Amino acid sequence: MKKRVVVTGLGCITPVGHGKEEFWKSITEGRSGIGKITKFDAADFPTQIAAEVKDFKVEDYMEKKEAKRMDLFVQYAVAGAKLAMEDSKIDAEKIDHEEFGVVLGSGIGGIATFEEQHRKMLEKGPGRISPFFIPMMIVNMASGQVSMSLGAKGPNTTVVTACASATNAIGEAFKIIERGDAKMMITGGTEASITPVSIGGFCAMKAMSTANDEPEKASRPFDNKRDGFVMGEGSGILLLEELDHALERGAEIYGEMAGYGMSADAYHITAPAPEGEGGKRAMLKALADGNTPPEAIDYINAHGTSTPYNDQFETMAIKSVFKDHVDNLAISSTKSMTGHLLGAAGGIEAIASVLAIKHGIIPPTINYEDPDEECDLNYTPNKAVKRNVNYALSNSLGFGGHNATIVFKKYQD
Amino acid sequence: MTFEKVKEIIVEQLGLEESQEIKKGTSLINDLEADSLDAVEIVMAIEDEFGIEIPDEEAENFKNIGDIVDYVEKVK
Repeated sequence: MKKRVVVTGLGCITPVGHGKEEFWKSITEGRSGIGKITKFDAADFPTQIAAEVKDFKVEDYMEKKEAKRMDLFVQYAVAGAKLAMEDSKIDAEKIDHEEFGVVLGSGIGGIATFEEQHRKMLEKGPGRISPFFIPMMIVNMASGQVSMSLGAKGPNTTVVTACASATNAIGEAFKIIERGDAKMMITGGTEASITPVSIGGFCAMKAMSTANDEPEKASRPFDNKRDGFVMGEGSGILLLEELDHALERGAEIYGEMAGYGMSADAYHITAPAPEGEGGKRAMLKALADGNTPPEAIDYINAHGTSTPYNDQFETMAIKSVFKDHVDNLAISSTKSMTGHLLGAAGGIEAIASVLAIKHGIIPPTINYEDPDEECDLNYTPNKAVKRNVNYALSNSLGFGGHNATIVFKKYQD
Repeated sequence: MTFEKVKEIIVEQLGLEESQEIKKGTSLINDLEADSLDAVEIVMAIEDEFGIEIPDEEAENFKNIGDIVDYVEKVK
């Protein structure tokens, strides 16, 4: 029989605060984490804004020596995982480490390390490439290092599906527990790609907002004046636990996993399939996975990137899945505040979704000022709304045509 | 002085505390818990600092910090 899987720990490093309390306070107050890029001189770039993580003190989470061997995206993952473990109040001494696994997602991996070492090679020759270059840069090192810092000896893998990475990771971790392969899984996503080459690459695609004069207003999902996404960074990490395991130790349960679905557009490298038909199929699969009728969904944390195409096509996909129920849905894109954390986006949005269930509050879509006739749903404009949430659904759609959806529900015996 | 400079590089590369006791007889691997990758990076940093080349065959023979210092003094 399928095991039931619950969420019992939340940890995050985000542009609007670290740890679930700060993060939740910011996104329910409608605070933007977007500003001018400070990590490098972006004067020559069309986009000069991003949602950077502020006040991250790596020594709060690990030894200096450990941190030195990690790219920033790995540091964010380890920090988020430690916060999630702390939040779960689990006794690390008492757990069966072989029943404890990790599945993390990252879209890009250690690109800052890549750029730095590539520069060294060009300037000083191949003999000056650091022996830590490869173990810092490779994408799987986030789940590898998290397993080392937590002693998690169970299932361990990494998902790379661009902006869908974290949602796919959470879905896969859910399935690992559901089929009985582990009792606890650390999961979610991490990203740290606010670097010159990465920003330059997304600029070249004309995928990012160029509203450099009004950073806090640049991410405006579903609004008529949206002109691209704003890159964010950080990590969003959850501890998933098999229900009986959580009950035995008297864990606080935030919510229950109620379904996972994924699909491919099989259409284009970056453009979504017409009418969002791939996203639609991912949502339908996630609903079917948990035998959840569409009418049960109260809240959708949309992918809502603030690009013209995504928001229009995601709206069409939602309409075709939910039909008449669409007017009863509360939808929001928290990317309006956090920016787009790429491979970590689904992680912090999963946290927003379970906290919406726990607190009965829908975080808003800020900067929603000028409605677009193609996007005509209830996006929870500008102010958080109180509403009992029994079921929340979170979408993540990635370049390559990857679509992933997870569903959470309120935990009941 | 060569020893002080080498010590500084090791402290920096291994992320050690300033108070860490490092003597000529200190072993990178046994006493400071460096691994083979740390050793490679330390050798590179020393090469850069002193403008020398340390062939792999030489680096493999270093048993402790004193061996590194002696080699640097010999070739620089």
